[in-house]
Amino acid sequence: MRLLTHNMLSSNIKGVVNGFPLRIEAEKVVEKTVEMNGEFLKKMFEKIDWKAFVDASWAMGYTELPEEADSSMLDSDEFLNRFHHALLELHLEEGALVCPETGRRFPVNKGIPNMLLHEDEV
Amino acid sequence: MASYKELPRTAQIRLVSSHQEVYEPCDDSFALVDALLADRNNLLEHHPTLCMEIGCGSGYVITSLALILGQEASGINYIATDINPHAVKVTRETLEAHGVGAELIVTDIASGLEERLTGLVDVMVVNPPYVPTPEDEVGVHGITSSWAGGENGRSVIDRILPVADRLLSEKGWLYMVTLTANNPSEICNQMRKKGYASKIVVQRSTEEESLHIIKFWRDLDKEVNESDQSASGFIGSLFALGPLLSYWRGTTSKQKQQK
Repeated sequence: MRLLTHNMLSSNIKGVVNGFPLRIEAEKVVEKTVEMNGEFLKKMFEKIDWKAFVDASWAMGYTELPEEADSSMLDSDEFLNRFHHALLELHLEEGALVCPETGRRFPVNKGIPNMLLHEDEV
Repeated sequence: MASYKELPRTAQIRLVSSHQEVYEPCDDSFALVDALLADRNNLLEHHPTLCMEIGCGSGYVITSLALILGQEASGINYIATDINPHAVKVTRETLEAHGVGAELIVTDIASGLEERLTGLVDVMVVNPPYVPTPEDEVGVHGITSSWAGGENGRSVIDRILPVADRLLSEKGWLYMVTLTANNPSEICNQMRKKGYASKIVVQRSTEEESLHIIKFWRDLDKEVNESDQSASGFIGSLFALGPLLSYWRGTTSKQKQQK
């Protein structure tokens, strides 16, 4: 699971009001190099919740992102490289996503988060 | 590399992984991928950023879409969900066997994504559980979830459509497999009320079933609007014959894998 996906995921438990962002418990993180596409990064920058993204990158052991960012930084190659790496090249392979409100853990195995709910959570 | 890129590749059956609890690629899967191939030039010009499949099963369709449109270098990210954990695992294997990738999530339709993914999906593909079944078969675990569609095969389709409407971007396109028994003209009318035009991209009739792959898109332009009114009428007349039986129990490609 990429941090891009983490930034799009919320706790889906019935009754939870503030289900975003899910806290990351990382047991195993893998890196996979992919080609960079600046247009993609610029489009996604507008959609990303930056604070959640930075916190998630720290939980994954990557500490190179600035705590705050604005669109003018997209002109910097150094910034784009770091944004690209954190957004698309870091994968949570094993671990869990934790609901910020209830503490319920959604397991992540082989890179796949399981968001299925128990009957009493739907 | 240019000539290589011009050859549309799709997933190869020999590389598609399998599991006894996962629906294997069948006529409906092939029809959906054929629809994507038929619309390939439009899809490439569409320049999608996020593509999504709901109910990825074996991974045959999302893998084919990734092969047709390209990956990160093309600026595209793929997301696929399935309620069946075995299916998501098989999809991962199928993607890896073809050297492509997608973000995978085990979830019911798009549960957990509906808040933050709102309005971001440029292309959505769905081969839903469309087989008419008793309602109590809907939502059962394992391979049953790939075909059991409840009354008129519409129970899950009718839950997916509002989610698709929510997740699709302003320019978003939805490709969905329907069976004649699902009353596709009624689905098109329902989507028209939400502001979508529709057209049949592929129609395929076998002795067992009649499949339509319908493409939906937001109808924002007035001129497009007028021509699509007639397109909508065209669809209406094409579907006029069905469903003759609202509780059709014929064999479909999905039911062939029923145990």
